[in-house]
Amino acid sequence: MIKKTFLSAVVALGFAGSAAFAAGGEAHIEDFDFSFEGPFGAFDTNQLQRGLQIYTEVCSACHGMKFVPIRTLADDGGPQLPEDQVRAYAANFDIFDAELDDIRPGTPVDHFPGSALETAPDLSLMAKKRAGFHGPYGLGINQFFKGMGGPEYIASLLTGYEEAPACAPEDFPGHYNTAFASGGFPESCKDEEGHATVGGSWISMAPPLYGDDVTYNDGHESDLHHEAEDVAAFLMWTAEPKLMARKQAGFAGVLFLTLLSVLLYLTNKRLWAPVKHKED
Amino acid sequence: MAGIPHDHYEPKTNGQKWLHSRLPVVGLLYDTLMIPTPKNLNWMWIWGIVLTFCLALQIVTGIVLAMHYTPHVDAAFASVEHIMRNVNGGYMLRYMHMNGASLFFVAVYAHIFRGLYYGSYKAPREITWIIGMLIYLLMMATGFMGYVLPWGQMSFWGATVITGLFGAIPFIGESLQTLLLGGPAVDNATLNRFFSLHYLLPFVIAGLVIVHIWAFHTTGNNNPTGVEVRRTSKEDAKKDTLPFWPYFVMKDLFALAVILVVFFAIVGFMPNYLGHPDNYIEANPLSTPAHIVPEWYFLPFYAILRAFTAEVWVVQIASFVTGGIIDAKFFGVLAMFGAIAVMALVPWLDTSSVRSGRYRPMFKWWFALLVIDFFALMWLGAMPAEEPYASFSLIASAYWFAYFLVILPLLGVIEKPGAQPETIEADFDAHYAPKTGGTKTLVKPAE
Repeated sequence: MIKKTFLSAVVALGFAGSAAFAAGGEAHIEDFDFSFEGPFGAFDTNQLQRGLQIYTEVCSACHGMKFVPIRTLADDGGPQLPEDQVRAYAANFDIFDAELDDIRPGTPVDHFPGSALETAPDLSLMAKKRAGFHGPYGLGINQFFKGMGGPEYIASLLTGYEEAPACAPEDFPGHYNTAFASGGFPESCKDEEGHATVGGSWISMAPPLYGDDVTYNDGHESDLHHEAEDVAAFLMWTAEPKLMARKQAGFAGVLFLTLLSVLLYLTNKRLWAPVKHKED
Repeated sequence: MAGIPHDHYEPKTNGQKWLHSRLPVVGLLYDTLMIPTPKNLNWMWIWGIVLTFCLALQIVTGIVLAMHYTPHVDAAFASVEHIMRNVNGGYMLRYMHMNGASLFFVAVYAHIFRGLYYGSYKAPREITWIIGMLIYLLMMATGFMGYVLPWGQMSFWGATVITGLFGAIPFIGESLQTLLLGGPAVDNATLNRFFSLHYLLPFVIAGLVIVHIWAFHTTGNNNPTGVEVRRTSKEDAKKDTLPFWPYFVMKDLFALAVILVVFFAIVGFMPNYLGHPDNYIEANPLSTPAHIVPEWYFLPFYAILRAFTAEVWVVQIASFVTGGIIDAKFFGVLAMFGAIAVMALVPWLDTSSVRSGRYRPMFKWWFALLVIDFFALMWLGAMPAEEPYASFSLIASAYWFAYFLVILPLLGVIEKPGAQPETIEADFDAHYAPKTGGTKTLVKPAE
């Protein structure tokens, strides 16, 4: 009976995932292999620092991260920059101080600035507000095994720019991207029933990365694929800065409660043994 | 407490007598904890403890979260991020609270379906059942308002859709909706009153939980056989029961620990699995999400709400007969609340004299179909409102009502029930045969 109950609970949980339905064709999301996946996954400090570099040199031209305090760059389980570097990094930003009623250089207690471009979404939570994996049939099975797919979505989007398919008019606005499903889509790329004949859709953001956009200090390869992966990992950290602490707490909880379950099982068995006419 | 005869608390020392004659609180605790409990209860009788734990967990984590949360449209979303990033252990508090709601509903559905299968709602336990349904309704209200508080896109648009349901009520709907929202649309006033009520209702639930326990401590627990505990004498009752402490406390705690292993695995390793990614986008009244989906625990009833469109003939008849007062939208709302109402009325809809589904050969199959139907509705509620899902939803909704309004009343008349055991003791001994032929069960205290 307990098995049955558990199964029904699992099935119930499975229904939680809901399918995404796009205006355009189906999005192609590559299942990147990130270091922070799985119960024992951890952020790669070097990768987070590389991602921060890309964010600073490329993304931050248009996007902001208003929920992320700059001081957290020094936190454990994050990019772990030394304190003086964090102070120097913060000083690069011009922050409007309401008390001074003036612009001053940033300090570690300030947050990253918001988006410079009004149409550019804030990136603080991008890795949690987008989900790369769905279904099948809204059953949530893919999410269960692969995760929600936020960072995979970001990396796939950054590497998903391709030459527009022939069915699209030359002057169709935006940039064709195979990972982006909710953008503009030309009628000429739909069949008679209105189904998309090509995957993805047209996104207004121009390709931000081409490969070798930055020079990594740690000598890591800076081709497009690696850059996309690094910045996606960094954005996972900005969205979930306590990910490693959370997994550790979860692990401790599971371990402790498993032990407690065993002890309670034995206690319960012994308690009931005389009632059930068993020799302990 | 009335009911099964058992030993009551007797104050022994002068101090105990002094207190007992003034405030019999020890006696109350003793009688509650030592309540005679049918000894054949199976593992489906553990959900009560899980639910009590959930309520305590939600109240404790919720109170701490409220210390850091700001109920204002300009600050709510940021204050949740503040909890996630800056408050010590805040991310665990919030994820436990968020997933605690899901555990709460998993447990309540298991608890309700347990009651439906073993006939726990039947006389004399109707009041227990009705109080339980009230608790369930309050849980839904509390869960819904809690989901609005982070002020994400799904919070905002979920609130818009659900409060819109009240607007569908003829004549008073519009005023009622305005009263709920505190204005013409979901805005700061809405967020504030939802926060206030989200804090209040759990304590109302706690009060009702006490009444719920009081009610079934008066009638005694149901059990898998549905056969009542013998009340002819204290000795007879003892053969059928064991005291709640320590036997069922230990059993329930073991089950709770196992469930919490799964719970902590979800909180620790996949805390956002049950949520919707859109709720990490700050609420924006100017941008409607492509698909507004409620939390998973509302999906079965959401599916029933959407199933009755203007094309369905019952809706057309209802609209024609009432001169258009009951339109498709209002019909959907009636169906959704009706689906819960028929469940609340089940003590009077089930005509069978046999309590437990175990001894009802036909009922078993219809019940299994109801469980499948419930999961089907849950799945359909998450699907887009288009074919073939719309037709499936209609069929699944029809079965839900048919089960309560047609099948249960008829089954009591046409079904030939199987043989029930004479006593709970007989059922228990059939599973755990005594070594020596005697029927007397020796209950030794734990070492």
